[in-house]
Amino acid sequence: MAQNIVIIDTGCANISSVKFALERLGVTVTVSDDPAIIKASDKAFLPGVGSAQNAMASIAQKGLVETIQQLTQPTLGVCLGMQLMTALSHESGLNNTDHVTCLNLIPGTVEKMSVGKLRLPHMGWNTVNPNNNPLFKGITHGTYFYFVHGYAVPVYEHTLASCEYGMAFSAAIHKDNFYGVQFHPERSGDAGAQLLENFVSL
Amino acid sequence: MLARRIIPCLDVRDGKVVKGVQFRNHEIIGDIVPLAQQYAQAGADELVFYDITASSDARVVDKSWVERIAQVIDIPFCVAGGIKSVEDAGKILAMGADKISINSPALANPELITELHDAFGQQCIVIGIDSHFNELTGKYEVYQFTGDETRTQQTSWETADWVNEVQRRGAGEIVLNCMNQDGVRQGYDLKQLSAIRNICEVPLIASGGAGKIHHFADVFKEADVDGALAASVFHKGIIEIAELKTYLHNETIAMRTV
Repeated sequence: MAQNIVIIDTGCANISSVKFALERLGVTVTVSDDPAIIKASDKAFLPGVGSAQNAMASIAQKGLVETIQQLTQPTLGVCLGMQLMTALSHESGLNNTDHVTCLNLIPGTVEKMSVGKLRLPHMGWNTVNPNNNPLFKGITHGTYFYFVHGYAVPVYEHTLASCEYGMAFSAAIHKDNFYGVQFHPERSGDAGAQLLENFVSL
Repeated sequence: MLARRIIPCLDVRDGKVVKGVQFRNHEIIGDIVPLAQQYAQAGADELVFYDITASSDARVVDKSWVERIAQVIDIPFCVAGGIKSVEDAGKILAMGADKISINSPALANPELITELHDAFGQQCIVIGIDSHFNELTGKYEVYQFTGDETRTQQTSWETADWVNEVQRRGAGEIVLNCMNQDGVRQGYDLKQLSAIRNICEVPLIASGGAGKIHHFADVFKEADVDGALAASVFHKGIIEIAELKTYLHNETIAMRTV
């Protein structure tokens, strides 16, 4: 059965790599910022890199906030896309302390990571510990995924997988039809491909 | 635990991978896409593609190979060389690169670092620094236009000062290329890298000097770098990536093994 898979065009930079990763799985994808096309999809992706402030501004400017909030099909946020799924992000500008209101699809707050003497951003391959759930089917504890971020969602009741870097944080979150991963499955080798395949099979 | 990264660097000229010794006498190693795929499958954690002609030639460089790589590669990769503006960087990132690395253009216009930070986020802004130890002055000095020997020149920056400056301006990662060691395979510059590590709060990648498998263990243990970049030892098959990572894993260095 051919599925209708749409990557929501948030105006962010990692859209091509998510698209190519899905195409490597033999999946046909459409990149769109048209509310009608996004609503009609079987599965949707919410990609994102950069700052929460710019990404939310871009989504708002495209008039997509309500469209995304009303989605009922499985929707996967990637990296900043995951963070935008929460209620609030503390990431604004270099010298800006304002909070950014996010899409509020999954409760939670994105906070600056506090990692002691470790370096930020948290950049590279780190081990993920998933709870038992379909998104991580066939992915064992301690599997490496690729991360690049300086802000994170703490571990809480919506955590689907956790990771450790100076502090424990959510590597994946979930509520209802909304899933988010802090890492980049499109850049996480075989493990990332497995996760994308699991999502497409939901 | 966050793994230390092994990063093959592929120097690119006209869509071919090349390698010279101490930046000179470039010889063709092979086609870019199959080589990139081969490294990804062998267990490389990340790849850097450095367009060595771009910064020094001032001509418009065809970057369509970036998209061809993004289509086949499932690990992160960075593109360096010839990125002089927010617009240039945006095109490379839109083609599927995860990070962009700038070197000479940042020295010419340090404000560019902040502009890139604000446009794309800190996570994709890598600053490459070519640092040369001057035996006469006893100082580490920053060079620019190192892609072309006839234009290579010393800047007014001492390396530590430039490292501080680029962090202040929003760099997300620093690749420190120790020029005295480059291409001669006598080991990384542990002394210099350790000194820079102390002032570097973003990820630091060692570059220049890898020749033997133990050089990698040395640089992770003694200089505490986040990643080690190398070219010729991988291109010439002197060190196999899988074997290297098993060795480092056994040396209790956190490694992603595949």
